[in-house]
Amino acid sequence: MPLDFDGARLPNPHCGEEHEAWRTQLRRFIDNEIMPFAEDWDEAGEIPADLWPKAAAVGLLGLGYPEAYGGTSESIDSWHAWITQEELARIGAGGIPASLMVHGIGLPPVLNWGSEEMKQRVAPPVLAGEKHIALGITEPGGGSDVASLATTAVRDGDTFIVNGSKTYITGGMRANWVSTAVRTGGEGAKGVSMLLIPTDAEGFSRTPLTRKQGWWASDTATLYFDNVRVPVDQLIGPENQGFWVIMTNFNSERMAMAAGMEAMARVCLEEAVAWARERRTFGKRLADHQVIRHKIAQMKQKINATQAYIRLCYESIETGTANPGDIALLKVQASETVEFCAREAMQILGGIGFMRGSRVERIYREVRVNAIGGGSEEIMRDLAARQYGV
Amino acid sequence: MKVLVAVKRVVDYNVKVRAKGDGSDVDLNNVKMAINPFCEIAVEEAVRLKEAGVATEVIAVSVGEKPCQEQIRTALALGADRGIHVEAEGRIEPLVIAKLLKGVVEKEQPQLVILGKQSIDGDNNQTGQMLGALTNMPQGTFASEIKVEGEKLNVVREVDGGLQTISLSLPAIVTTDLRLNEPRYASLPNIMKAKKKQLDVYSPADLGVEVTSHITLVRVEPPAERQAGIKVEDVAQLVDKLKNEAKVIS
Ligand SMILES: Cc1cc2nc3c(=O)[nH]c(=O)nc-3n(C[C@H](O)[C@H](O)[C@H](O)COP(=O)(O)OP(=O)(O)OC[C@H]3O[C@@H](n4cnc5c(N)ncnc54)[C@H](O)[C@@H]3O)c2cc1C
Ligand SMILES: Cc1cc2nc3c(=O)[nH]c(=O)nc-3n(C[C@H](O)[C@H](O)[C@H](O)COP(=O)(O)OP(=O)(O)OC[C@H]3O[C@@H](n4cnc5c(N)ncnc54)[C@H](O)[C@@H]3O)c2cc1C
Repeated sequence: MPLDFDGARLPNPHCGEEHEAWRTQLRRFIDNEIMPFAEDWDEAGEIPADLWPKAAAVGLLGLGYPEAYGGTSESIDSWHAWITQEELARIGAGGIPASLMVHGIGLPPVLNWGSEEMKQRVAPPVLAGEKHIALGITEPGGGSDVASLATTAVRDGDTFIVNGSKTYITGGMRANWVSTAVRTGGEGAKGVSMLLIPTDAEGFSRTPLTRKQGWWASDTATLYFDNVRVPVDQLIGPENQGFWVIMTNFNSERMAMAAGMEAMARVCLEEAVAWARERRTFGKRLADHQVIRHKIAQMKQKINATQAYIRLCYESIETGTANPGDIALLKVQASETVEFCAREAMQILGGIGFMRGSRVERIYREVRVNAIGGGSEEIMRDLAARQYGV
Repeated sequence: MKVLVAVKRVVDYNVKVRAKGDGSDVDLNNVKMAINPFCEIAVEEAVRLKEAGVATEVIAVSVGEKPCQEQIRTALALGADRGIHVEAEGRIEPLVIAKLLKGVVEKEQPQLVILGKQSIDGDNNQTGQMLGALTNMPQGTFASEIKVEGEKLNVVREVDGGLQTISLSLPAIVTTDLRLNEPRYASLPNIMKAKKKQLDVYSPADLGVEVTSHITLVRVEPPAERQAGIKVEDVAQLVDKLKNEAKVIS
């Protein structure tokens, strides 16, 4: 069995002809429109604006969203979503999918909880790749402890007056709207609301966070709200129910991240095996040294386990029996797997791995953002322990 | 105008093809299959004719075993209106495929048939020409540009040493070369819609054709592995090597 990206994927009996057709077309799109430029875009710290409409045309941006707003939802299931995350991760430059697909975290609150007027106004241009939406939860004061957020929205007649700031916001520089968590009530989770804030509002400003360890192609920003007036009808979901809006977002974000991380681990395996088969030291191929063979086998072992676990979680989502604790721990399983595989692949590559310009080197630098963003490993374990009633 | 497009299921062009251990055939076990790239260009051209209002219906036809319906679905996702699968087992040679396509042509009466100039598996480059002979339709092979003008079809052909423009009377047959167009991506919505498009299945008998074989596959072997190159010392040594080793000059 070959250990390339496709060969190292365990068979999935849920994937049929039209799933594979989607993989084929998406891969063609990525191989032609993204792969050849990925490194340049990452070094430049930006992806070109026309990638969004192109991705919309092939159906990437709209995958899983309601047809009424320009998405494709009929007969779309978790297996399409898994394939999509895998193929995007295969690019080996995580900043590209992070930025290109950031509506995946910014838009669901609007679609699941927003008013019809809001959905009609926001979703079609976002799914067409013409406008952009981001998710603003994390603040300079903290990200894990969402219930303690400090950005305030004080009611004044028909508007809220928003003051505070958000940081590490993916797509924040390009966003036309930010689905923003604000404090409308008292302390704790019960005082949090979600508010759709347009970035052309008076009193809104932003600065880019450019010097990051990884995800260079993604525009990460700090956002500032200085007496920003937002109409009350721009609440996403009921007032002071924002915490639940945020929570309903998390499962799909964590599944997407886990699927991406497993595929990143597989990229590391693919590159490491190719190198180990070619490179010779002490008169034989690296792959013939037992130490190296065992590294490869151990990578595959962890990748197999993660794949099987991802499949199990997607199955539970398909049957409506998902357990958030299991999904939280899947995210940890996936980040530990990609951490291990990135390390071992870098080690097998030797000196060349330390040089910029390979997928493994980039993935190595993108382990942490995956292990921390979208719920850190510690927070995921804690959440799971609570779910399991420990 | 009705356009018939032939599509063939072949090993994906990204796959490194291997011979079976016993040399009896190419190893197709667990190998990714795809629509032949030249056929994909044929589908694209037909769909563009439809988008330009020249064609009214695009029918994709494939000859082969059941799984080639996947490639018909790809053609439908790229924009063909309906599909025809001629179900035939085993290795089918170009003459038989041409006869089966002739049967489909007689049933459907298309004004234009577009095929790839060759498929990347057998590289025969025969089916289009044979279909032309069998149906008595004029043919424009290796097309890099086609244009319908009334009852005429102008075809720019890629020939040795340049381009040749010919004018054919419709109905006609075209085989595609690489530069005819750049096929689009089938979008996710179109992949999903393709599932619902009509796909009819015929047997060779339905088309009055008996599947015969005139060719015996003797042996499949990989090409000899390339030797590592060397750096020559000077021009004299280069000339010597070209003369006496490579034997390309005398
Ligand atoms: C590149 C990038 C993009 C991002 N994009 C977005 C975005 O688009 N939108 C958004 O809202 N946020 C985004 N984030 C923020 C991300 O979600 C947070 O970084 C994350 O939630 C952690 O929050 P923090 O950085 O404030 O760390 P902290 O919450 O300060 O945590 C620091 C460390 O302490 C640990 N810790 C915290 N509390 C506990 C506890 N109770 N028990 C044990 N350990 C604990 C954490 O696990 C972590 O290891 C992004 C971050 C990065 C790096
Ligand atoms: C930034 C940088 C600065 C450097 N500076 C210098 C310098 O100033 N001078 C200099 O001479 N060199 C320098 N080096 C080179 C460095 O010493 C080599 O990268 C290192 O010795 C490994 O060699 P390699 O990269 O060829 O990897 P390889 O020798 O190809 O090894 C690849 C991997 O295989 C493993 N491996 C190899 N053989 C075996 C075996 N028998 N059994 C098990 N595992 C094996 C290795 O541990 C490694 O993980 C530098 C490297 C870098 C990245």
